Amino acid sequence: MHIPDGYLSPSTCALTFAAAAPFWYLASQKVKRQLHTRAVPLMAVVSAFSFVVMMFNLPLPGGTTGHAAGLGIAAIVLGPWAAVLSLSVALIIQAVFFGDGGLTAIGANCLNMAVIGPFVASGVYRMLAGTSAITSARRVFAAGAAGYVGMNAAALAAAIEFGVQPLLFTDAGGTPLYAPYPLSIAIPAMMIGHLTIAGLAEAVASAGLVAALQRYEPELLHPAPASDTASSWWTVRKLWAGLAALMVMSPIGLLAAGTAWGEWSAEDLADPVARQDIAAASGNVHPPVAVPEGLQKLSSIWTAPIPDYAPSFLRHESLGYILSAMIGAGLIILGFLAVSALRNRLAAVRN
Amino acid sequence: MGFLHGLDGVERHAREAEDASASAGFLQGLDPRIKLAGLLALVIAASLTRSLLTLALLFSAAVVLALVSGISPRRLARQAWLAVLLFTGALAIPALFLVPGDELARLPLLGWTVSSQGLRSAAFLLGRAETSATLAVLLVLTTPWPHVLKALSSLGVPVAIVAVLGMTYRYIFVLIRIAGEISEARRSRIMSRMNGKARRHLLFTTMAVLLGKSLALAQDIHLAMVARGFRGEVRLLHDFQTRPRDWTFLSAALLVPGLILGLRL
Repeated sequence: MHIPDGYLSPSTCALTFAAAAPFWYLASQKVKRQLHTRAVPLMAVVSAFSFVVMMFNLPLPGGTTGHAAGLGIAAIVLGPWAAVLSLSVALIIQAVFFGDGGLTAIGANCLNMAVIGPFVASGVYRMLAGTSAITSARRVFAAGAAGYVGMNAAALAAAIEFGVQPLLFTDAGGTPLYAPYPLSIAIPAMMIGHLTIAGLAEAVASAGLVAALQRYEPELLHPAPASDTASSWWTVRKLWAGLAALMVMSPIGLLAAGTAWGEWSAEDLADPVARQDIAAASGNVHPPVAVPEGLQKLSSIWTAPIPDYAPSFLRHESLGYILSAMIGAGLIILGFLAVSALRNRLAAVRN
Repeated sequence: MGFLHGLDGVERHAREAEDASASAGFLQGLDPRIKLAGLLALVIAASLTRSLLTLALLFSAAVVLALVSGISPRRLARQAWLAVLLFTGALAIPALFLVPGDELARLPLLGWTVSSQGLRSAAFLLGRAETSATLAVLLVLTTPWPHVLKALSSLGVPVAIVAVLGMTYRYIFVLIRIAGEISEARRSRIMSRMNGKARRHLLFTTMAVLLGKSLALAQDIHLAMVARGFRGEVRLLHDFQTRPRDWTFLSAALLVPGLILGLRL
């Protein structure tokens, strides 16, 4: 999953660097505050551990072998923030010194495997492990699921980064300038390998390590003490996680042909071809002959500023779709931040 | 040691890079900061170009830089070209048939059509990946790792990150050795071949022990650093000096992406 140079456009590389940068900054601040002078040696050795774990050739059930990316392990044992740093350092050394992953793609690789993967893995682990005992079998299952889901989330992010390239970057003759496969090919091609071998390797490694630690070093599985400096946005982390998932998933909508069931417009109901599709999607129940009066009336009242998710000034529907998702996500983030600020103010008033 | 995939390769790669960077050559003689910035500019240029001819020229320039630095095409093929060809080549081949466009040829028997757009997109993908990998290998083969790190800090990467990168590189080899010793100790105490399940269990135990040892090692290193006066601030010594040829190389390297952007090459 290490993206080489040349697969992503320079603007995508810049964007992924920009997306990863706040996580690097927050992670370094958080780790520095918690570890003080221990931060540098601990991060260095743990990063080296992450690097070595990536080299382990894991015998999988069924006779094949695979490599873990270590993101599940790092997220569970270190917590997501320290995992961001240690995995990023390991990925940077892999790219610069060993040529595994491109120099321009360091931002994208870190975003996928050192930010999205560990955060998703950590969220799944916390959700499934709950408050169970450190030595419970539930934690082993939770670790396996965390590794599997985290790995596949990272792979999905990489697939989307690949898949948007031909939508956005082609020359005048229609030649894709970077990764040439659209989302409809990139996502299945990437996910087949990761839903099977790579995901399984990550699941087996994460679950296996947790089981071994339960037996030999259970104290390493105790959750890290909550930071006393948790920032307000971190307190709404579940919303962030949900939003991140939605942002990641939004271009998948490009794969779906036609209109979502029930989202028909007055024009659709008047168009004979669209009427056939509506009937086929509705168990052969035909829609009313005339456009319902209420729909006709309401449809003219509100014209969304971004109709059909594609701004009118953008001719390219796919580009508009992606832009719309980003604008929508930005608005939601602003909403969350406003709610978060309000909560803090109310809490301050109560105290 | 069988489960540690590529262990020999990592150590050999590091040793070869150290030897190559110590030998005389054009890139070896440049200031590491200038070299890092210049080679990065060329990697970005390879990513920016929209012309296959420009990409071919960049690739040729990378090979010329290797030759004048005493790095043979054979070594480049072994350390960069072959791996990229196998991975990216396999990934690019389907693009010949899957990218829609003007029909260029038709495969006999199968009847699949090769589009000119597909051929060009595969050439772009492979060309960019090969050129960038060549330039990245040149950096590593002509610059000792501590110099790469100092150059990173000169280019604005925070010194704490540079210190972590340097120490990580050092301890990768320490941990690889420890993992190897754990494996060897276990294997020397068994009489028969292990099946998949037993090997998995061995691996999990090794990982758990390695993690415990890593954390203990980090604690020892921390105490040793504190004993030597470490107070949480990292300082790096800079003893690089630039010469006119460094600036000539940097100007030429920066000119390439500039020309590509300006002239839309």
